[in-house]
Amino acid sequence: MRPNSDRTKLLVMTGLAALALILYIVVGLNSRNWQYALSLRVPKLIAIVLTGCAIAVSTVVFQTVTNNRILTPSIMGLDSLYLLIQSLALYVFGANSQIVVNPKLNFALAVVGMIGFAVLLYRLLFRREDHDLLFLLLVGVIMGTFFDSGSSFVQMVIDPNEFATLQNRMLASFNNVNTDILWIAGAVLAVVLVYTSRYTHILDVLALGREHAINLGIRYEAVVRRLLILVAIMVSVSTGLVGPIMFLGLLVANMAREILTAHYHKYLLIAACLISVLALTGGQFLAERVFNFATPISVVINLVGGLYFILLLLKESRA
Amino acid sequence: MIELRNVSKAYDGVNVVDDVSLIIEEGQITSFIGPNGAGKSTLLSIMSRLLKRDGGEVLIDGIPLEEWNSSDLAQRISILKQSNAINMRLTVRELVSFGRFPYSQGHLRSADWEAVEQALDYMKLTDLQDRYLHQLSGGQRQRAYIAMVIAQGTDYILLDEPLNNLDMQHAVEIMKTLRCLVRELGKTVVIVIHDINFASCYSDSIVVMDKGKIVSTGPPQSIIDQSVLNSIYNLDFHIEQVNNNRICVYY
Repeated sequence: MRPNSDRTKLLVMTGLAALALILYIVVGLNSRNWQYALSLRVPKLIAIVLTGCAIAVSTVVFQTVTNNRILTPSIMGLDSLYLLIQSLALYVFGANSQIVVNPKLNFALAVVGMIGFAVLLYRLLFRREDHDLLFLLLVGVIMGTFFDSGSSFVQMVIDPNEFATLQNRMLASFNNVNTDILWIAGAVLAVVLVYTSRYTHILDVLALGREHAINLGIRYEAVVRRLLILVAIMVSVSTGLVGPIMFLGLLVANMAREILTAHYHKYLLIAACLISVLALTGGQFLAERVFNFATPISVVINLVGGLYFILLLLKESRA
Repeated sequence: MIELRNVSKAYDGVNVVDDVSLIIEEGQITSFIGPNGAGKSTLLSIMSRLLKRDGGEVLIDGIPLEEWNSSDLAQRISILKQSNAINMRLTVRELVSFGRFPYSQGHLRSADWEAVEQALDYMKLTDLQDRYLHQLSGGQRQRAYIAMVIAQGTDYILLDEPLNNLDMQHAVEIMKTLRCLVRELGKTVVIVIHDINFASCYSDSIVVMDKGKIVSTGPPQSIIDQSVLNSIYNLDFHIEQVNNNRICVYY
Protein backbone atom coordinates (compact mmCIF):
# COMPACT_ATOMS: atom_id res chain seq x y z
CA MET A 1 0.00 0.00 0.00
CA ARG A 2 2.74 2.45 0.91
CA PRO A 3 4.68 2.23 -2.35
CA ASN A 4 1.47 3.21 -4.12
CA SER A 5 1.08 6.43 -2.20
CA ASP A 6 4.75 7.11 -2.92
CA ARG A 7 4.13 6.49 -6.59
CA THR A 8 1.35 9.07 -6.56
CA LYS A 9 3.65 11.57 -4.90
CA LEU A 10 6.30 10.91 -7.52
CA LEU A 11 3.76 11.44 -10.29
CA VAL A 12 2.71 14.76 -8.78
CA MET A 13 6.35 15.81 -8.48
CA THR A 14 7.04 14.79 -12.07
CA GLY A 15 4.07 16.86 -13.17
CA LEU A 16 5.25 19.89 -11.23
CA ALA A 17 8.80 19.62 -12.52
CA ALA A 18 7.58 19.22 -16.12
CA LEU A 19 5.27 22.20 -15.69
CA ALA A 20 8.13 24.33 -14.39
CA LEU A 21 10.35 23.30 -17.31
CA ILE A 22 7.63 24.09 -19.85
CA LEU A 23 6.80 27.43 -18.24
CA TYR A 24 10.45 28.35 -18.22
CA ILE A 25 10.74 27.57 -21.94
CA VAL A 26 7.43 29.06 -23.08
CA VAL A 27 6.76 32.19 -21.02
CA GLY A 28 7.64 35.31 -23.02
CA LEU A 29 8.07 33.56 -26.37
CA ASN A 30 6.56 35.25 -29.42
CA SER A 31 6.74 34.79 -33.17
CA ARG A 32 9.72 37.10 -33.56
CA ASN A 33 12.01 36.13 -30.67
CA TRP A 34 11.43 32.39 -30.37
CA GLN A 35 14.48 31.22 -32.23
CA TYR A 36 16.85 33.42 -30.29
CA ALA A 37 15.15 32.82 -26.95
CA LEU A 38 15.14 29.06 -27.40
CA SER A 39 18.80 29.02 -28.34
CA LEU A 40 19.48 30.57 -24.94
CA ARG A 41 16.95 28.72 -22.86
CA VAL A 42 17.36 25.15 -24.04
CA PRO A 43 21.06 24.79 -23.11
CA LYS A 44 20.35 26.38 -19.74
CA LEU A 45 17.56 23.93 -19.19
CA ILE A 46 19.74 20.95 -20.08
CA ALA A 47 22.35 22.23 -17.66
CA ILE A 48 19.69 22.65 -14.98
CA VAL A 49 18.31 19.15 -15.39
CA LEU A 50 21.72 17.46 -15.48
CA THR A 51 23.35 19.35 -12.63
CA GLY A 52 20.13 19.24 -10.64
CA CYS A 53 20.06 15.46 -10.88
CA ALA A 54 23.79 15.10 -10.26
CA ILE A 55 23.62 17.22 -7.12
CA ALA A 56 20.55 15.38 -5.83
CA VAL A 57 21.91 11.91 -6.54
CA SER A 58 25.39 12.62 -5.20
CA THR A 59 23.98 14.00 -1.97
CA VAL A 60 21.54 11.14 -1.38
CA VAL A 61 24.26 8.58 -2.08
CA PHE A 62 26.75 10.40 0.15
CA GLN A 63 24.24 10.62 3.01
CA THR A 64 23.42 6.94 2.73
CA VAL A 65 27.05 5.86 2.63
CA THR A 66 27.97 8.04 5.61
CA ASN A 67 24.68 7.25 7.36
CA ASN A 68 24.15 10.92 8.11
CA ARG A 69 21.32 13.11 6.96
CA ILE A 70 22.90 16.51 7.47
CA LEU A 71 26.02 16.00 5.37
CA THR A 72 26.62 16.96 1.77
CA PRO A 73 29.56 15.90 -0.39
CA SER A 74 30.87 19.46 -0.07
CA ILE A 75 32.29 18.32 3.27
CA MET A 76 35.01 16.58 1.25
CA GLY A 77 36.27 20.03 0.33
CA LEU A 78 35.70 19.66 -3.40
CA ASP A 79 33.99 23.00 -3.97
CA SER A 80 36.59 24.74 -1.83
CA LEU A 81 39.21 23.17 -4.07
CA TYR A 82 37.30 24.48 -7.10
CA LEU A 83 37.57 28.03 -5.76
CA LEU A 84 41.24 27.57 -4.97
CA ILE A 85 41.94 26.29 -8.47
CA GLN A 86 40.13 29.28 -9.98
CA SER A 87 41.92 31.76 -7.69
CA LEU A 88 45.31 30.23 -8.32
CA ALA A 89 44.80 30.08 -12.08
CA LEU A 90 43.92 33.75 -12.06
CA TYR A 91 46.82 34.70 -9.86
CA VAL A 92 49.47 32.65 -11.60
CA PHE A 93 48.41 33.02 -15.23
CA GLY A 94 46.49 36.33 -15.18
CA ALA A 95 42.95 37.25 -16.18
CA ASN A 96 43.67 37.09 -19.90
CA SER A 97 45.41 33.73 -19.97
CA GLN A 98 43.89 30.82 -21.86
CA ILE A 99 43.37 28.87 -18.67
CA VAL A 100 41.05 31.54 -17.31
CA VAL A 101 39.40 32.70 -20.51
CA ASN A 102 39.02 29.46 -22.48
CA PRO A 103 36.00 27.76 -20.91
CA LYS A 104 36.97 24.27 -22.08
CA LEU A 105 40.46 24.49 -20.71
CA ASN A 106 39.25 26.01 -17.46
CA PHE A 107 36.60 23.31 -17.05
CA ALA A 108 39.08 20.54 -17.77
CA LEU A 109 41.58 21.93 -15.28
CA ALA A 110 39.00 22.30 -12.53
CA VAL A 111 37.39 18.91 -13.04
CA VAL A 112 40.64 17.02 -13.34
CA GLY A 113 41.92 18.81 -10.24
CA MET A 114 38.87 17.93 -8.17
CA ILE A 115 38.57 14.31 -9.26
CA GLY A 116 42.31 13.86 -8.86
CA PHE A 117 42.14 15.18 -5.33
CA ALA A 118 39.21 12.93 -4.43
CA VAL A 119 40.88 9.82 -5.83
CA LEU A 120 44.10 10.65 -4.02
CA LEU A 121 42.24 11.18 -0.76
CA TYR A 122 40.40 7.86 -1.05
CA ARG A 123 43.60 6.07 -2.05
CA LEU A 124 45.44 7.33 1.00
CA LEU A 125 42.64 6.53 3.38
CA PHE A 126 41.50 3.20 2.04
CA ARG A 127 45.03 1.90 2.12
CA ARG A 128 44.90 1.93 5.91
CA GLU A 129 43.64 -1.39 7.12
CA ASP A 130 41.11 -0.21 9.68
CA HIS A 131 40.05 2.82 7.68
CA ASP A 132 37.17 4.78 9.03
CA LEU A 133 34.67 6.80 7.04
CA LEU A 134 34.55 9.46 9.76
CA PHE A 135 38.28 9.87 9.49
CA LEU A 136 37.90 10.42 5.76
CA LEU A 137 35.31 13.12 6.43
CA LEU A 138 37.54 14.82 9.01
CA VAL A 139 40.43 14.92 6.57
CA GLY A 140 38.00 16.32 4.00
CA VAL A 141 36.90 19.08 6.38
CA ILE A 142 40.48 20.01 7.18
CA MET A 143 41.51 20.02 3.53
CA GLY A 144 38.43 22.08 2.70
CA THR A 145 39.34 24.68 5.30
CA PHE A 146 42.89 24.69 4.00
CA PHE A 147 41.67 25.29 0.43
CA ASP A 148 39.33 28.03 1.66
CA SER A 149 42.16 29.81 3.47
CA GLY A 150 44.35 29.37 0.43
CA SER A 151 41.84 30.98 -1.88
CA SER A 152 41.12 33.84 0.56
CA PHE A 153 44.84 34.50 0.65
CA VAL A 154 45.09 34.55 -3.12
CA GLN A 155 42.05 36.80 -3.32
CA MET A 156 43.79 39.27 -0.99
CA VAL A 157 46.85 39.57 -3.17
CA ILE A 158 45.34 39.66 -6.66
CA ASP A 159 44.45 42.74 -8.62
CA PRO A 160 40.95 44.07 -7.76
CA ASN A 161 39.95 43.92 -11.43
CA GLU A 162 40.91 40.29 -11.61
CA PHE A 163 38.96 39.69 -8.44
CA ALA A 164 35.81 40.73 -10.32
CA THR A 165 36.42 37.89 -12.79
CA LEU A 166 36.85 35.52 -9.90
CA GLN A 167 33.68 36.65 -8.19
CA ASN A 168 31.65 35.44 -11.13
CA ARG A 169 33.11 31.99 -10.67
CA MET A 170 32.43 31.95 -6.94
CA LEU A 171 28.67 31.96 -7.33
CA ALA A 172 26.80 29.26 -9.16
CA SER A 173 25.09 30.44 -12.29
CA PHE A 174 23.31 28.95 -15.25
CA ASN A 175 23.40 32.21 -17.20
CA ASN A 176 26.64 31.72 -19.01
CA VAL A 177 26.74 27.99 -19.49
CA ASN A 178 29.09 27.29 -22.36
CA THR A 179 27.47 24.98 -24.90
CA ASP A 180 30.69 23.15 -25.79
CA ILE A 181 31.29 22.23 -22.17
CA LEU A 182 27.65 21.40 -21.71
CA TRP A 183 27.90 18.51 -24.17
CA ILE A 184 30.98 17.03 -22.52
CA ALA A 185 29.71 17.53 -18.99
CA GLY A 186 26.24 16.37 -19.97
CA ALA A 187 27.54 13.16 -21.47
CA VAL A 188 29.69 12.41 -18.42
CA LEU A 189 26.88 13.16 -15.98
CA ALA A 190 24.35 11.13 -17.95
CA VAL A 191 26.65 8.09 -17.98
CA VAL A 192 27.42 8.42 -14.27
CA LEU A 193 23.76 8.88 -13.37
CA VAL A 194 22.69 5.81 -15.31
CA TYR A 195 25.52 3.79 -13.78
CA THR A 196 24.57 4.94 -10.26
CA SER A 197 20.95 3.97 -10.85
CA ARG A 198 22.09 0.34 -10.96
CA TYR A 199 23.04 0.65 -7.30
CA THR A 200 19.57 1.47 -5.92
CA HIS A 201 19.07 -1.88 -4.18
CA ILE A 202 22.60 -1.93 -2.85
CA LEU A 203 22.08 1.57 -1.46
CA ASP A 204 18.99 0.31 0.38
CA VAL A 205 21.13 -2.33 2.07
CA LEU A 206 23.95 0.13 2.80
CA ALA A 207 21.38 2.30 4.60
CA LEU A 208 21.03 -0.50 7.16
CA GLY A 209 24.62 0.13 8.22
CA ARG A 210 27.98 -1.51 7.60
CA GLU A 211 27.45 -4.68 9.61
CA HIS A 212 24.08 -5.54 8.12
CA ALA A 213 25.41 -4.78 4.64
CA ILE A 214 28.35 -7.17 5.04
CA ASN A 215 26.09 -9.78 6.58
CA LEU A 216 23.85 -9.57 3.52
CA GLY A 217 26.79 -10.27 1.24
CA ILE A 218 27.76 -6.79 0.05
CA ARG A 219 31.46 -6.25 -0.56
CA TYR A 220 31.26 -3.17 1.61
CA GLU A 221 34.68 -1.59 1.17
CA ALA A 222 34.74 -1.98 -2.60
CA VAL A 223 31.17 -0.77 -3.06
CA VAL A 224 31.60 2.26 -0.80
CA ARG A 225 34.79 3.25 -2.57
CA ARG A 226 33.15 2.99 -5.98
CA LEU A 227 30.14 5.02 -4.85
CA LEU A 228 32.35 7.71 -3.36
CA ILE A 229 34.23 8.00 -6.64
CA LEU A 230 30.93 8.36 -8.51
CA VAL A 231 29.95 11.09 -6.04
CA ALA A 232 33.25 12.86 -6.61
CA ILE A 233 32.75 12.79 -10.38
CA MET A 234 29.21 14.11 -10.15
CA VAL A 235 30.20 16.89 -7.75
CA SER A 236 33.27 17.87 -9.75
CA VAL A 237 31.55 17.97 -13.12
CA SER A 238 28.50 19.88 -11.94
CA THR A 239 30.63 22.33 -9.97
CA GLY A 240 32.87 22.80 -13.00
CA LEU A 241 29.83 23.44 -15.14
CA VAL A 242 27.88 25.94 -13.04
CA GLY A 243 29.94 26.71 -9.94
CA PRO A 244 29.61 25.69 -6.29
CA ILE A 245 26.01 24.77 -5.57
CA MET A 246 26.20 21.71 -3.31
CA PHE A 247 24.05 23.30 -0.65
CA LEU A 248 21.04 22.57 -2.82
CA GLY A 249 21.74 18.87 -2.35
CA LEU A 250 21.14 19.04 1.37
CA LEU A 251 17.84 20.72 0.75
CA VAL A 252 16.51 18.30 -1.84
CA ALA A 253 17.82 15.09 -0.27
CA ASN A 254 16.11 15.89 3.00
CA MET A 255 12.90 17.08 1.39
CA ALA A 256 12.75 13.82 -0.56
CA ARG A 257 13.15 11.88 2.68
CA GLU A 258 10.45 13.99 4.36
CA ILE A 259 7.95 13.64 1.53
CA LEU A 260 8.23 9.93 0.79
CA THR A 261 6.86 7.36 3.21
CA ALA A 262 9.19 4.53 2.27
CA HIS A 263 12.91 5.09 2.03
CA TYR A 264 13.77 2.89 -0.90
CA HIS A 265 16.43 4.52 -3.02
CA LYS A 266 14.56 3.65 -6.18
CA TYR A 267 12.04 6.33 -5.18
CA LEU A 268 14.31 8.49 -3.06
CA LEU A 269 16.74 9.22 -5.90
CA ILE A 270 13.99 10.08 -8.38
CA ALA A 271 12.18 12.29 -5.87
CA ALA A 272 15.39 14.15 -4.99
CA CYS A 273 16.12 14.71 -8.69
CA LEU A 274 12.62 16.03 -9.35
CA ILE A 275 12.69 18.41 -6.39
CA SER A 276 16.13 19.55 -7.43
CA VAL A 277 15.05 20.26 -11.01
CA LEU A 278 11.91 22.00 -9.76
CA ALA A 279 13.91 24.18 -7.34
CA LEU A 280 16.54 25.09 -9.93
CA THR A 281 14.04 25.88 -12.68
CA GLY A 282 11.91 27.91 -10.30
CA GLY A 283 14.96 29.66 -8.89
CA GLN A 284 16.30 30.40 -12.36
CA PHE A 285 12.89 31.71 -13.42
CA LEU A 286 12.82 34.07 -10.43
CA ALA A 287 16.41 35.15 -10.90
CA GLU A 288 15.92 35.84 -14.61
CA ARG A 289 12.42 37.17 -15.03
CA VAL A 290 11.58 38.63 -11.60
CA PHE A 291 14.95 39.93 -10.43
CA ASN A 292 16.09 40.62 -14.01
CA PHE A 293 19.44 38.81 -13.61
CA ALA A 294 20.30 41.07 -10.65
CA THR A 295 20.48 38.20 -8.15
CA PRO A 296 22.43 35.04 -8.93
CA ILE A 297 20.44 31.87 -8.38
CA SER A 298 22.86 30.59 -5.76
CA VAL A 299 21.95 33.52 -3.50
CA VAL A 300 18.31 32.49 -3.63
CA ILE A 301 19.21 28.85 -3.02
CA ASN A 302 21.62 29.56 -0.20
CA LEU A 303 19.02 31.70 1.54
CA VAL A 304 16.26 29.10 1.31
CA GLY A 305 18.69 26.26 1.99
CA GLY A 306 20.11 28.01 5.04
CA LEU A 307 16.69 28.51 6.56
CA TYR A 308 15.76 24.90 5.89
CA PHE A 309 19.03 23.67 7.40
CA ILE A 310 18.37 25.59 10.62
CA LEU A 311 14.86 24.14 10.82
CA LEU A 312 16.29 20.67 10.27
CA LEU A 313 18.85 21.08 13.05
CA LEU A 314 16.18 22.35 15.45
CA LYS A 315 13.97 19.40 14.59
CA GLU A 316 16.76 16.83 14.97
CA SER A 317 17.83 18.29 18.31
CA ARG A 318 14.29 18.04 19.64
CA ALA A 319 13.80 14.45 18.49
CA MET B 1 31.48 -26.68 10.31
CA ILE B 2 33.18 -23.49 11.37
CA GLU B 3 36.82 -23.94 12.12
CA LEU B 4 39.19 -21.38 13.62
CA ARG B 5 42.92 -21.94 13.34
CA ASN B 6 45.27 -19.83 15.47
CA VAL B 7 43.15 -16.73 15.06
CA SER B 8 44.46 -13.56 16.66
CA LYS B 9 43.57 -9.89 16.71
CA ALA B 10 45.32 -7.04 18.48
CA TYR B 11 44.38 -3.44 19.13
CA ASP B 12 47.35 -1.15 19.79
CA GLY B 13 49.56 -4.09 20.66
CA VAL B 14 47.07 -5.65 23.09
CA ASN B 15 45.89 -9.09 22.04
CA VAL B 16 42.11 -9.10 22.18
CA VAL B 17 41.95 -12.53 20.59
CA ASP B 18 45.08 -14.52 21.23
CA ASP B 19 45.88 -17.57 19.11
CA VAL B 20 42.43 -19.14 19.27
CA SER B 21 41.73 -22.51 17.63
CA LEU B 22 38.25 -23.94 17.80
CA ILE B 23 35.78 -26.13 15.95
CA ILE B 24 32.10 -25.29 16.13
CA GLU B 25 29.93 -28.34 15.64
CA GLU B 26 26.88 -28.29 13.42
CA GLY B 27 23.31 -28.64 14.64
CA GLN B 28 24.06 -27.26 18.09
CA ILE B 29 23.77 -24.12 20.15
CA THR B 30 27.24 -23.01 21.11
CA SER B 31 27.47 -20.26 23.72
CA PHE B 32 30.47 -18.06 24.36
CA ILE B 33 30.75 -16.90 27.95
CA GLY B 34 33.37 -14.94 29.82
CA PRO B 35 33.98 -11.56 31.44
CA ASN B 36 33.83 -8.27 29.57
CA GLY B 37 36.79 -7.82 27.28
CA ALA B 38 37.43 -11.53 26.99
CA GLY B 39 37.25 -11.27 23.19
CA LYS B 40 33.96 -13.10 22.64
CA SER B 41 32.29 -10.50 20.43
CA THR B 42 35.52 -9.84 18.57
CA LEU B 43 35.84 -13.52 17.80
CA LEU B 44 32.24 -13.66 16.58
CA SER B 45 32.88 -10.65 14.32
CA ILE B 46 36.02 -12.28 12.91
CA MET B 47 34.15 -15.51 12.19
CA SER B 48 31.52 -13.59 10.27
CA ARG B 49 34.02 -11.39 8.34
CA LEU B 50 32.79 -8.15 9.99
CA LEU B 51 36.27 -7.70 11.37
CA LYS B 52 39.63 -8.48 9.84
CA ARG B 53 41.91 -10.70 11.86
CA ASP B 54 45.64 -10.16 12.25
CA GLY B 55 46.57 -13.80 11.94
CA GLY B 56 45.26 -17.32 11.60
CA GLU B 57 42.55 -18.82 9.47
CA VAL B 58 38.77 -19.10 9.48
CA LEU B 59 37.24 -21.96 7.52
CA ILE B 60 33.53 -22.23 6.78
CA ASP B 61 32.61 -25.68 5.44
CA GLY B 62 36.32 -26.24 4.95
CA ILE B 63 36.79 -23.21 2.70
CA PRO B 64 38.82 -20.19 3.92
CA LEU B 65 36.72 -17.07 4.50
CA GLU B 66 38.56 -15.09 1.82
CA GLU B 67 37.84 -17.60 -0.92
CA TRP B 68 34.08 -17.36 -0.48
CA ASN B 69 32.05 -15.26 -2.88
CA SER B 70 30.37 -12.78 -0.56
CA SER B 71 26.83 -13.47 -1.77
CA ASP B 72 27.32 -17.22 -1.40
CA LEU B 73 28.76 -16.77 2.04
CA ALA B 74 25.74 -14.65 3.00
CA GLN B 75 23.62 -17.68 2.14
CA ARG B 76 25.65 -19.87 4.54
CA ILE B 77 26.31 -17.69 7.56
CA SER B 78 24.54 -14.72 9.12
CA ILE B 79 25.42 -12.45 12.01
CA LEU B 80 23.37 -10.15 14.17
CA LYS B 81 25.25 -7.69 16.35
CA GLN B 82 23.88 -6.22 19.54
CA SER B 83 23.44 -2.60 18.50
CA ASN B 84 21.13 -2.19 15.56
CA ALA B 85 20.38 1.49 15.15
CA ILE B 86 18.92 1.76 11.68
CA ASN B 87 18.47 5.23 10.25
CA MET B 88 15.97 4.17 7.66
CA ARG B 89 12.19 4.30 8.07
CA LEU B 90 11.22 0.63 7.73
CA THR B 91 8.33 -1.64 8.56
CA VAL B 92 8.94 -5.04 10.12
CA ARG B 93 8.04 -6.74 6.85
CA GLU B 94 10.44 -4.57 4.87
CA LEU B 95 13.24 -5.27 7.33
CA VAL B 96 12.66 -9.01 7.17
CA SER B 97 12.57 -8.90 3.36
CA PHE B 98 16.14 -7.55 3.40
CA GLY B 99 17.13 -11.01 4.64
CA ARG B 100 16.50 -12.24 1.09
CA PHE B 101 19.02 -9.86 -0.46
CA PRO B 102 21.77 -12.49 -0.88
CA TYR B 103 19.39 -14.52 -3.06
CA SER B 104 17.49 -11.81 -4.89
CA GLN B 105 19.78 -8.75 -4.99
CA GLY B 106 16.67 -6.73 -4.22
CA HIS B 107 14.36 -8.30 -6.79
CA LEU B 108 12.31 -10.58 -4.58
CA ARG B 109 10.56 -13.49 -6.27
CA SER B 110 7.63 -15.44 -4.86
CA ALA B 111 9.93 -17.97 -3.20
CA ASP B 112 11.65 -15.10 -1.42
CA TRP B 113 8.35 -13.67 -0.18
CA GLU B 114 7.41 -17.13 1.04
CA ALA B 115 10.59 -17.23 3.12
CA VAL B 116 9.73 -13.78 4.49
CA GLU B 117 6.23 -14.94 5.48
CA GLN B 118 7.66 -18.02 7.15
CA ALA B 119 10.19 -16.00 9.10
CA LEU B 120 7.51 -13.55 10.26
CA ASP B 121 5.35 -16.47 11.26
CA TYR B 122 8.18 -18.21 13.06
CA MET B 123 8.88 -15.14 15.18
CA LYS B 124 5.13 -14.48 15.69
CA LEU B 125 5.37 -11.12 13.95
CA THR B 126 2.60 -11.52 11.40
CA ASP B 127 0.31 -9.13 13.30
CA LEU B 128 3.09 -6.56 13.64
CA GLN B 129 4.43 -6.80 10.09
CA ASP B 130 3.25 -3.36 8.96
CA ARG B 131 4.41 -1.52 12.07
CA TYR B 132 7.49 0.69 11.83
CA LEU B 133 10.59 -0.44 13.68
CA HIS B 134 10.71 2.69 15.83
CA GLN B 135 7.17 1.98 17.03
CA LEU B 136 8.16 -1.40 18.49
CA SER B 137 9.29 -2.31 21.99
CA GLY B 138 12.83 -3.58 22.51
CA GLY B 139 11.70 -7.20 22.62
CA GLN B 140 9.60 -6.90 19.47
CA ARG B 141 12.42 -5.17 17.61
CA GLN B 142 14.87 -7.92 18.61
CA ARG B 143 12.39 -10.47 17.27
CA ALA B 144 12.15 -8.54 14.01
CA TYR B 145 15.94 -8.60 13.57
CA ILE B 146 16.05 -12.32 14.33
CA ALA B 147 13.25 -12.82 11.78
CA MET B 148 15.43 -11.06 9.21
CA VAL B 149 18.25 -13.50 9.99
CA ILE B 150 15.84 -16.44 9.72
CA ALA B 151 14.62 -15.18 6.35
CA GLN B 152 18.25 -15.16 5.28
CA GLY B 153 17.99 -18.92 5.60
CA THR B 154 21.60 -19.61 6.54
CA ASP B 155 22.69 -22.80 8.26
CA TYR B 156 24.95 -20.87 10.62
CA ILE B 157 23.40 -18.13 12.72
CA LEU B 158 25.68 -15.98 14.86
CA LEU B 159 24.10 -13.73 17.48
CA ASP B 160 25.99 -11.25 19.63
CA GLU B 161 24.21 -10.89 22.97
CA PRO B 162 20.69 -11.50 21.65
CA LEU B 163 19.22 -11.10 25.14
CA ASN B 164 20.57 -7.62 25.75
CA ASN B 165 17.94 -5.30 27.24
CA LEU B 166 15.26 -7.96 27.23
CA ASP B 167 13.13 -8.85 30.25
CA MET B 168 13.01 -12.45 31.51
CA GLN B 169 9.90 -13.39 29.58
CA HIS B 170 11.29 -12.17 26.25
CA ALA B 171 14.71 -13.59 26.94
CA VAL B 172 13.25 -17.03 27.54
CA GLU B 173 11.12 -16.67 24.42
CA ILE B 174 14.17 -15.88 22.28
CA MET B 175 16.18 -18.77 23.71
CA LYS B 176 13.30 -21.18 23.11
CA THR B 177 13.09 -19.96 19.52
CA LEU B 178 16.81 -20.60 19.08
CA ARG B 179 16.35 -24.12 20.40
CA CYS B 180 13.53 -24.63 17.89
CA LEU B 181 15.76 -23.38 15.09
CA VAL B 182 18.30 -26.03 15.98
CA ARG B 183 15.80 -28.81 16.58
CA GLU B 184 13.32 -28.19 13.78
CA LEU B 185 15.39 -26.58 11.07
CA GLY B 186 18.76 -28.09 11.87
CA LYS B 187 20.51 -24.73 12.21
CA THR B 188 23.82 -24.14 13.92
CA VAL B 189 23.49 -21.28 16.39
CA VAL B 190 26.44 -19.48 17.96
CA ILE B 191 25.75 -16.86 20.61
CA VAL B 192 27.66 -14.58 22.90
CA ILE B 193 25.81 -14.42 26.18
CA HIS B 194 26.38 -12.92 29.62
CA ASP B 195 23.76 -14.71 31.64
CA ILE B 196 25.46 -17.93 32.66
CA ASN B 197 22.23 -19.62 33.65
CA PHE B 198 20.73 -19.06 30.22
CA ALA B 199 23.90 -20.49 28.70
CA SER B 200 23.72 -23.46 31.03
CA CYS B 201 20.07 -24.29 30.35
CA TYR B 202 19.92 -23.77 26.60
CA SER B 203 23.32 -24.60 25.07
CA ASP B 204 24.68 -27.86 23.81
CA SER B 205 28.20 -26.60 24.13
CA ILE B 206 29.82 -23.75 26.03
CA VAL B 207 33.07 -21.99 25.21
CA VAL B 208 34.64 -20.09 28.10
CA MET B 209 36.92 -17.22 27.15
CA ASP B 210 39.14 -15.01 29.23
CA LYS B 211 41.74 -12.44 28.15
CA GLY B 212 41.50 -13.41 24.49
CA LYS B 213 42.08 -17.11 25.05
CA ILE B 214 39.79 -20.08 25.30
CA VAL B 215 39.84 -21.39 28.87
CA SER B 216 37.74 -24.47 28.29
CA THR B 217 35.02 -25.91 26.09
CA GLY B 218 32.48 -28.63 26.61
CA PRO B 219 28.87 -29.42 27.44
CA PRO B 220 27.18 -27.40 30.24
CA GLN B 221 27.53 -30.31 32.70
CA SER B 222 31.30 -30.07 32.67
CA ILE B 223 31.70 -26.32 32.10
CA ILE B 224 29.26 -25.04 34.73
CA ASP B 225 31.66 -25.97 37.43
CA GLN B 226 32.79 -24.12 40.51
CA SER B 227 36.50 -24.31 39.86
CA VAL B 228 36.20 -23.17 36.21
CA LEU B 229 33.90 -20.23 36.89
CA ASN B 230 35.42 -19.01 40.17
CA SER B 231 38.74 -18.34 38.57
CA ILE B 232 37.57 -16.42 35.49
CA TYR B 233 34.89 -14.30 37.14
CA ASN B 234 36.58 -13.79 40.52
CA LEU B 235 33.34 -14.60 42.26
CA ASP B 236 32.21 -17.25 44.67
CA PHE B 237 30.00 -19.63 42.68
CA HIS B 238 27.47 -21.93 44.20
CA ILE B 239 26.03 -24.46 41.75
CA GLU B 240 22.80 -26.39 42.18
CA GLN B 241 21.15 -29.03 40.08
CA VAL B 242 17.56 -27.91 39.29
CA ASN B 243 15.41 -29.96 36.89
CA ASN B 244 18.49 -31.47 35.28
CA ASN B 245 19.98 -28.04 34.68
CA ARG B 246 22.97 -26.67 36.46
CA ILE B 247 22.07 -23.29 37.97
CA CYS B 248 24.66 -20.87 39.33
CA VAL B 249 24.13 -18.64 42.32
CA TYR B 250 26.82 -16.01 42.64
CA TYR B 251 25.02 -12.93 43.90
